[in-house]
Amino acid sequence: MEAVNLYASRLVTRRQSFTPGHRACSGCGEALAVKLVMKALGRDVIVVMATGCMEVISTQLPYTAWEVPWIHTLFENAATVATGIESARKALLRKGTHLSKAKIVAMGGDGATFDIGTGALSGAFERGHDFLYVCLDNEAYMNTGIQRSSATPFGASTTTQPAGKVSFGQSTWKKNMPAIAVAHDIPYVATACHSYPFDLMNKVKKAVAVEGPSYLHIFAVCPTGWRIPTDMTIKLGRLAVETGVFPLYEVDNGKYSLSYEPPELRPVMDYLKPQGRFRHLTPELVDKIQQRVSREYARLMGKCGK
Amino acid sequence: MERRVAFESSFAIAEAARMADIDVCAAYPITPQTHIVERIAQLVADGELDANYVPVESEHSAMSSCLGSSAAGARTFIATAGQGLELMHEAVYVASGMRLPIVMAVCNRALSVPLSIWGDHSDVMAVRDTGWIQIFVENAQQAFDLTLCAFHIAEDPGVLLPTMVHIDGFHLSHVIEPVLLPDQEEVNKFLPRYHHPFVLDPNNPVTMGDFATPALYTETKVGQDTALRNSLKVILRVFQKFGEEFGRDYSPVETYKTEGADILLLTMGSFSEVAMEAVDGLREAGEKVGLVRLRLWRPFPFEQFRQAVSRARLLIVLDRALSFGGPGPVCSEIQAALYHLKERPEVIGFIGGLGGRDISVNGFQDMIHQGIDKAEQGKFGEVEVFDVRE
Ligand SMILES: Cc1ncc(C[n+]2csc(CCOP(=O)(O)OP(=O)(O)O)c2C)c(N)n1
Ligand SMILES: [Mg+2]
Repeated sequence: MEAVNLYASRLVTRRQSFTPGHRACSGCGEALAVKLVMKALGRDVIVVMATGCMEVISTQLPYTAWEVPWIHTLFENAATVATGIESARKALLRKGTHLSKAKIVAMGGDGATFDIGTGALSGAFERGHDFLYVCLDNEAYMNTGIQRSSATPFGASTTTQPAGKVSFGQSTWKKNMPAIAVAHDIPYVATACHSYPFDLMNKVKKAVAVEGPSYLHIFAVCPTGWRIPTDMTIKLGRLAVETGVFPLYEVDNGKYSLSYEPPELRPVMDYLKPQGRFRHLTPELVDKIQQRVSREYARLMGKCGK
Repeated sequence: MERRVAFESSFAIAEAARMADIDVCAAYPITPQTHIVERIAQLVADGELDANYVPVESEHSAMSSCLGSSAAGARTFIATAGQGLELMHEAVYVASGMRLPIVMAVCNRALSVPLSIWGDHSDVMAVRDTGWIQIFVENAQQAFDLTLCAFHIAEDPGVLLPTMVHIDGFHLSHVIEPVLLPDQEEVNKFLPRYHHPFVLDPNNPVTMGDFATPALYTETKVGQDTALRNSLKVILRVFQKFGEEFGRDYSPVETYKTEGADILLLTMGSFSEVAMEAVDGLREAGEKVGLVRLRLWRPFPFEQFRQAVSRARLLIVLDRALSFGGPGPVCSEIQAALYHLKERPEVIGFIGGLGGRDISVNGFQDMIHQGIDKAEQGKFGEVEVFDVRE
């Protein structure tokens, strides 16, 4: 990761195609991530979005926050709608009917990506369409009120798997969605976080430059759902990376490489502690999480040849 | 020069899609529709159709792919049946709500369980309210003709609504019949390339598929409903143009030997041809019987329908679907359409032809006689399934 990352905001365009004035909660990490993605993409792009927070906060009739062509149809099919657009583009370009070569980008939340739309995403990857899929992972179904998804981390309390007298919340480990994308043998897969904006934007540019499908998995902090103060979004994203809970890496044509290697991993407690969704965790459970994170991180390092 | 060929109805539909020069077809195999998309895939593979065939992983994705394709401005075709239509159900509504002129062939099939690959209209009735224009065809020629018309109707700038062409599974989809095929130039003249006024284009960005609060939802939906109702005028115009150019006339409600008929039978789809034979036989025996075939299911052609039936004494309606615990779905619409008229026939409904069960010429004649008996006994409002084994 470049050292310039923290200081060079003046190198980024001021022009926004996902414009301010939308209805996201204050401190929303997803909206910040979308803003960065769109700055990296520029104007020659068609955006497909799944149902979820980002769709609802940006397009209440008769308003729109979008200055690029944008389409939402359903919850589980953003990848497939994108494949339809891509197929149309191919046919119309071949036939000489006007349609620009605009980049095609589909976006969906973790619910749309990990759960209800996985089959559609897998199909689109397998068929090899030329598009970028961005997963906006805030680790639950936030739009409908903080229900669990298969991206929700072990131990987190959500409204459908709440902590209670005999439950500690989520009892399963977060699904490894980037690995599932990698298993499709697509040219480019990467993880990113809004707290590392330059890394995120570079990855977007790289992802849309490849021919064929690419997958960008963005970790997006949700103050409302995670029960943290709204001014902690950036900090918590950094803590997720620095503790090894959410490592930043790329998989370029099957080759893993770490984008940022913290000199030493911080204890996961630093990351868990500020969050209301983990408040009920016992030291034993925190320990269990620590072990798992350390193990997964070591595994990833292995894949990166470290 | 027009050519006369022997074609399976499925191939006739694929041929219409080819001559319409579709840009994209996304589909998933399901009996009895599969022959249509296999044929399209082959035409693409042989370079006889310049289109992108998207072999998706489900029907939900088939329709979703078509949403994207049509929103990008491509002429888009899809075919399905029964369970496939059910699986894509929510996306079917999106196509009409977003005014995407997709054309879909539906090879009507019964719904599980028990699993049945054979035909009836259960799948049609489940998508009745999706806001699509819906046309029924009776033979291979009509399958070809009305698929061409469907593109023309759907893409008319005053319509811009998706259109379904219903062909009965197996009874029609798999039947080989003579078909007259026009020249490509004639088709091009009838069906020029179209341009949707709003497509996904960075030079002219639009937001499609926003969400609406209670303050605007009603208005958007009324706009959509008005467009569907108004499409009837365009449908009439397209049918007329088709008649002038190709010499075959279609209308929303078609009649057979209804002149001076006291008693009318009403059917939709391919059973109509058998029903015609039944009517011929009864006419020869001196019975004043005629047939009404509902070609256009949505928008419902109220005026044309009332004109066709208002002078009859009795109207016998065949439904090929059950509305469990309720009246036959077509029959109940027919009754509602007639209710407030001063001069109107009595209505007797039958349900039959479920899950591929045939109704023969004799069967239709029996049905008509049973209907007359029931009317004489005043047994209106009964839901009776025809030809049930004891
Ligand atoms: C078929 C279907 N099932 C359920 C819903 C309800 N629903 C809308 S958005 C959503 C959750 C979205 O979660 P996610 O994809 O993680 O996005 P987020 O809102 O967290 O950004 C759900 C369950 C729906 N719209 N469609
Ligand atoms: Mg989410």
